Amino acid sequence: MSTPAAAPLLRVDGLTVTYTTGRHRTATAVQEAGVTVEAGEFVTVVGESGSGKTTLIHGALGLLPANARITAGTIAFSGVDVTRWSEKRLAGVRGNYVGYVPQDPGTSLNPVKRVGVQVFEAVQLNTPPSARLSRTEQAGRARESLRRAGLTDVDRVYDQYPHELSGGMKQRVLIAIALAGEPKLLVADEPTSALDVTVQKVILDHLAGLRRELGLGILLVTHDLGIAVDRSDRVVVMEQGRVAEQGPVERIVRRPRSAYTARLLAAAPARHVGRLLPADVGANPGAVPEVPDGTAVEVRGVTKTYRVGHGERRAELRALDGVDLTVRRGRTHAIVGESGAGKSTLARILVGTVRPDGGEVRLHGRDLLALSAKQWRELRRDLQFVYQNPYSSLDPRFTVRRLVGEPLRAFGAGRRERADRVGEILARVGLGREFLDRTPARLSGGQRQRVAIARALALEPEVLVLDEAVSALDVSVQAQILQLLVDLQARLGLTYVFITHDLGVVRLVADDVTVMRAGAVVESGPVQRVFAEPAHDYTRRLLAAVPGERIGQEVA
Amino acid sequence: MTIGTAPPPDVTVPVAAPPEPRRRPAVPPPGLVLSWLLVLLVVAWAVFPGLFTAHGPYAGDPALSFAPPSWEHPFGADQLGRDLFSRAVHGAGTTLTATLVAVLVAFGAGTVIGLAAGYAGGALDTTVMRVVDVLLSIPSLLLAMVIVSVLGYSTYNVALAVGIASIASFARVMRAETIRVTHTDYVEAAHGLGVSRWGVVAGHVLPNALGPVLALAALEFGTAVIAVASLGFLGYGAPPPEPEWGLLVAEGRDFVALYPWISLLPGTVLALVVIATHRISTSLRPNR
Repeated sequence: MSTPAAAPLLRVDGLTVTYTTGRHRTATAVQEAGVTVEAGEFVTVVGESGSGKTTLIHGALGLLPANARITAGTIAFSGVDVTRWSEKRLAGVRGNYVGYVPQDPGTSLNPVKRVGVQVFEAVQLNTPPSARLSRTEQAGRARESLRRAGLTDVDRVYDQYPHELSGGMKQRVLIAIALAGEPKLLVADEPTSALDVTVQKVILDHLAGLRRELGLGILLVTHDLGIAVDRSDRVVVMEQGRVAEQGPVERIVRRPRSAYTARLLAAAPARHVGRLLPADVGANPGAVPEVPDGTAVEVRGVTKTYRVGHGERRAELRALDGVDLTVRRGRTHAIVGESGAGKSTLARILVGTVRPDGGEVRLHGRDLLALSAKQWRELRRDLQFVYQNPYSSLDPRFTVRRLVGEPLRAFGAGRRERADRVGEILARVGLGREFLDRTPARLSGGQRQRVAIARALALEPEVLVLDEAVSALDVSVQAQILQLLVDLQARLGLTYVFITHDLGVVRLVADDVTVMRAGAVVESGPVQRVFAEPAHDYTRRLLAAVPGERIGQEVA
Repeated sequence: MTIGTAPPPDVTVPVAAPPEPRRRPAVPPPGLVLSWLLVLLVVAWAVFPGLFTAHGPYAGDPALSFAPPSWEHPFGADQLGRDLFSRAVHGAGTTLTATLVAVLVAFGAGTVIGLAAGYAGGALDTTVMRVVDVLLSIPSLLLAMVIVSVLGYSTYNVALAVGIASIASFARVMRAETIRVTHTDYVEAAHGLGVSRWGVVAGHVLPNALGPVLALAALEFGTAVIAVASLGFLGYGAPPPEPEWGLLVAEGRDFVALYPWISLLPGTVLALVVIATHRISTSLRPNR
């Protein structure tokens, strides 16, 4: 391929992609979008779900599914127009000119092949027959590629199967496969969204390092504006299939030209220094609502062990190991930790879906573990739970009216009383009466989570346990739900136990925080103290890994 | 490596166009329409047999003995000179009622057993499902014959037997669906909201688990028609003068070489009904 000196590695202009969704029906996923990556440049495409960011990238690399079609625009690699290239010809360029790192490390590797073989295949596919490399030489290159992807114990990893590796290691293997053809451009689609923050930081650091050492151009797709701002030279913001704006990071952060970018920036947790204030207080500072004193939830030395496997392979998995927790009344207590920290198990113990092996759990002084099933049911009036995924926690056959009315009905409210209350509760979470007869399928993610919160509030509980309640939502929706939670707390005097992996969110809503790791409490205390002077090394590392540092700095 | 299946970006490119995505036709396929018409017709036979034939099913006319099909007697007549079309029309009631009872028995009992086993789990699940496995391992027609032998020969016992013999497959499907639904977040959420155990089962588990079982019921209908008719043919069902489809085929089997229509035409009706119900049940199956 001839490479004119000035031509960018990738140049996409006015790309329009339409999907065939039914007979004579099409939907335009990307409209007149463009992106350019120069040699050695780090460009990020950022947008919320449905913004067309993945479609744009797939279109540029010729990876669109069969029901999608490019209807306008040009794609050029190093100045060579590849828009009309056949699938076969494009496949020849993918791998050795542009390397692609897919989204989910959990499903993108072949589970029945050894990791090394999969990298080896990528090397084999991308070395021209004229190079006449022996198998040993090719295997050497595969090992080299794994090493370059940042894996240290290459000889061991080479012979392992994907299920023996952690998520972060699998992601590195995918990067190794993308690097196997020694590409000039690396395209990564949400490479870290399924990973813990600390692992995410390591992977992103490594990508940045690859750019420095190999002079790669990197095109990253993410929903996280914090990552985009921290890592890239230029940012392309997409909204509903169009490019809302693009430009250098500094300019975008300081003077966003589109209202959408400004909204995204405002919604980013890193933008906010302190805790969110209730809406009616925000307008009138000083009128901070009074909070009752006392302890709502107390957990002492709770332990839970799961038995996994059968026969010879039987093992014990200690999910919780002597956990203590004190939740103050009328406050928000966040429990943070990475996957496997045991925070969800703790939440389920609090609401009684999981029984601990030992320890003590008290709600307003009452010992929960001594309760009978009947007493537990009565306790639901005081203690409610909101699930992470509003797409799975609402019965798809129920209307909003039935969903929110269900707990009322379970506790014997009559038809008329229910009708009145349901309307009232929905209004409280900002939903009008027009939603009453909709099923979850006809609600957006944010609306669904509002319904789930409304349902949890129906019995007027004092304590709400929220398990990753905003993690499945887009940033701008997440900001609205967080504000709603803060407002509701101020008005109803609620106590929240807020489980999350996102430290940015903790700062926004929580008063106290407990950091967990591998089933044990690492550190606990007021958010301001823990964030400003973390006592434990792990907390420090967690805090350092939170993206969005530059968003915060630019404001301050 | 990732290998995509991108369509050519432009129609001018001399590459085969990607296969058109399968579209759901706006007009139902003619086979399905025919199937519905046939089933509706046979149901009408069962409900109002008098509207379709002027002849009685029992009245024999010796002059018509072994009469071949004609406009007056579309299916011809048997050795006693009984009009076979009339017998087929009047037999629809017996056969279809027996089939309906069989499917209802299997559906009702299978759903309850599967729901209980799937929801309760543990020892109950293990015990019940092992019994179900044993039932599944016995050919259902054989099982039905044993049950009829015990209960005594009659159309309703045949229906009951065919129903009992197919409980196992309903229980299996219902159990699998129940387990799937029981582990969803919304069922756990309902428990957490303080909804009673029975309320959760009736309000969430049952309605969400029922879909595939209903599709199976439609499929089972065709199978049950064959089973009922087979038992009738073997003489386990209605006693002779009754016009039952299986029995009609059986009565003609001694004359197949000389007067084939006596067995063949009622047998054809039976076959068409089975094919039609199968066609309808496949259209009802959820697309998964």
